[in-house]
Amino acid sequence: MADITLRVNGSEKQVSVSPETPLLWVLRDTLQLTGTKFGCGAGLCGACTVHVEGNPIRSCSTPVSQVANKNVTTIEGLSPNGLHPLQEAWLAEEVPQCGYCQTGQIMSAAALLAKTPKPTDEQITQAMNGNLCRCGTYERIRKAIHRAANGGAR
Amino acid sequence: MSPLSRREFVGAGIGAAAGLVIGFYLPHKGESHKDSFSPNAYLRITPDNKITIVVARSEMGQGVRTALPMILAEELEADWKQIEIEQAGASTLYGDQTTGGSASIRTTWDPMRKAGASAREMLISAAALTWGVPRSTCTAEAGHIKHAASNRSLSYGELVAKASTLPVPSDVTLKQSKDYKIVGQRLPRLDSLAKVKGEAIYGIDFRLPGMKHAVLARCPLIGGKVTSIDDKESRKISGVTYVGKIGDSAVAVVADTVWSAMEGRRVLNVGWDDGPNKDLNSGAILASLKQAASKKGATLYAAGEPGKTSGRHISAEYMLPFMAHAPMEPGNCTAHFQGSKCELWAPTQVPQDCRDSVATAIGLDPDQVKVNVTLMGGGFGRRLEHDYAVEAAQVSKAINAPVKVIWTREDDMRCSTYRPASLHQLSATLDGTGLPVALTHRIIAPSITGQKGQPVPNNVDPDLPDEAGPVYGIPNYAIEYVMTETPVPLGWMRSVYALQAGFALESFIDELALAAGKDPLKYRLQLLAKDQDLPYFTTTWHTARMRVVLQLAAEKAGWDKPLPAGHYRGIACFGCFQTYMAEVVEITMENSQPKVHRVVAAVDCGQVVNPGILEQQIQGGVVYGLSNALRAQITIDKGRVVQGNFDDYAPLRMDETPTVEVYAVPSQEPPTGIGEPSLPPVAPALCNAIYAATKKRIRTLPIQS
Repeated sequence: MADITLRVNGSEKQVSVSPETPLLWVLRDTLQLTGTKFGCGAGLCGACTVHVEGNPIRSCSTPVSQVANKNVTTIEGLSPNGLHPLQEAWLAEEVPQCGYCQTGQIMSAAALLAKTPKPTDEQITQAMNGNLCRCGTYERIRKAIHRAANGGAR
Repeated sequence: MSPLSRREFVGAGIGAAAGLVIGFYLPHKGESHKDSFSPNAYLRITPDNKITIVVARSEMGQGVRTALPMILAEELEADWKQIEIEQAGASTLYGDQTTGGSASIRTTWDPMRKAGASAREMLISAAALTWGVPRSTCTAEAGHIKHAASNRSLSYGELVAKASTLPVPSDVTLKQSKDYKIVGQRLPRLDSLAKVKGEAIYGIDFRLPGMKHAVLARCPLIGGKVTSIDDKESRKISGVTYVGKIGDSAVAVVADTVWSAMEGRRVLNVGWDDGPNKDLNSGAILASLKQAASKKGATLYAAGEPGKTSGRHISAEYMLPFMAHAPMEPGNCTAHFQGSKCELWAPTQVPQDCRDSVATAIGLDPDQVKVNVTLMGGGFGRRLEHDYAVEAAQVSKAINAPVKVIWTREDDMRCSTYRPASLHQLSATLDGTGLPVALTHRIIAPSITGQKGQPVPNNVDPDLPDEAGPVYGIPNYAIEYVMTETPVPLGWMRSVYALQAGFALESFIDELALAAGKDPLKYRLQLLAKDQDLPYFTTTWHTARMRVVLQLAAEKAGWDKPLPAGHYRGIACFGCFQTYMAEVVEITMENSQPKVHRVVAAVDCGQVVNPGILEQQIQGGVVYGLSNALRAQITIDKGRVVQGNFDDYAPLRMDETPTVEVYAVPSQEPPTGIGEPSLPPVAPALCNAIYAATKKRIRTLPIQS
């Protein structure tokens, strides 16, 4: 066990866990931020995607010790005041079916738009290909990202 | 899967309540009566003008929490903005609550409409009595009863007390579809906002105070058993509080956190009795299907005498592998055993089966078990099983504390129930014009229901009546089923046997068209040219409806227009769950592999309740079907499932996903299923396109094996 300091969604959190615990389980179990999802435990599906210093990472495969003192953003902290343009676009394009993977999808998309405000189809595919969706919502995700990049218009 | 088969499966405990599905449950007259108007179990209106509609099916992404309330709200003449939904747990009030067989809308269409209409009529009566005017002068509109002559209006909330004193009408007039204001509208789903904010609580997110977490080590060999447990190392893991056998084939590791439980399991040493299947492998399973093919099958459909026709004879065999559902949310369930009762929070498609199976497993009566239904991160049939619920209850009983059991992805892949592998033998006799005068389709596959120890009357798996019907009016046409057995655990996976039957039949029809030297679309249209009714068990398939769907898909895809160089397309149509589907798949070949660019899907599912949800379901079904066609394959080696995660069982990702266009035939027929019918045409249309591109016929799935 180790005492580790995290900065999650802008506030400092002290957790006492074994240092190799994946960030995912610290977020979900210790901090009760369940918007970040468990899908594969192996960095293969992207359901657990969060931002560390603005970069998308797979929290299921990231030991919590690696993110000590770093800024972690989860879906709960993506847009503290109102909806993020991507969340608005997700609603406008009616993306979610079961919705389970969508928080991870949105976090991947948000990291993309932060660096590439007007992504091409190819850039979207490249950024989003690590996120699985068994409901098959990929084309709506693509449209929603374009929409958000386009200021909410199609 | 068939709702009928599930109804039988659920057993006598539920059967007694099944009649209530179309009845109107009258809540107990009592103190709550004054505070709310609840003329039936689906509906509650409170004086604050809130309308709560109970959804008695499970939401796994298919939109029931929006579409089912729309049906009731339509007849109620409610203002959609007033509607709140409540998820029913396992109950005796709603008949069979199984969510499967693309049945939620088609089986609750009538009860939900009647529930709304009877409430509407009672509210009209309440207003008429209040005002002392004839009922016939009052109308219901947008959550109000209006009296036009006096320009008076009362909200439903204001009528609660009066309406609650009135008798529930036994017979009500339902609205005509031309008057629909809610049904048929592209209303946004009620559950989307919580989902994009990360606030939606799925089964895996549910939490009780003091709850423990558990993972189970299950025997990696199908049918194996625990012989010894060495938990020395597990108990050294900080947070691990319990290690113990659960049933014959699993050991639970319980801890304060999920990660501690997983770590405890990682270092656990379990001795296994390999059991009877240690030499089982996929090759032997497929060989056994071929062996069984010589057996006489049960007749599913028979027209004329295919054996007595003469002409050009063509035959082919098709094979499909085991497949895994792999919903994004892995299996899980929270249980709290408290001596004489047990409460569960289960992401389940079968709350009543969970209740009954848990009761049996932990020695309680069904009415001592309460099952709450959580939101689900996909289901696709996997959550028609009750294994996760029974495990959670057993572990909770063993530790006498609330616990959540979580499956890892590897657990889900390796200890699941699978779409059965199957073999299909097709043969046809072509006349001088190249059309089949006879066609025989023999389906050789294990019975899912049979494997679960449930009755299989006349050796016909009870799913086949919904999933393997005739498409064409061929004069001599036989569909047969040869039931086989396998030790590999079987489950109902999205579209179940229809995916198999559709792949085989619609690939074969393409082969016949080719043999006849005819365009695959024109050939099919010729086979559907005559209006014919094809009775199949309790359904009647209409060639006219399939023809219209096929034409619509072809027209929207531009079948008659040339494609860009290097592009090819294939077409297929199939019917299941009373719905007619046709799809055109357009591909290029890149490095000898198909790249799918565009899929055009046409559907006749009767009255469309919500076109937005319909589109979602069909787009998703096509992508799911492409995953199945291209790569989905569970193989068995030395009695173990080989695949373990999304690397070796790799569903489609964004880079492989085509645009999917959806077109619905306008219809006022009663609504039929939409969750599953889009899958069966995908693989044959794709393989037909691959043939067009390469002149190579694919008869075994997956394509990229």
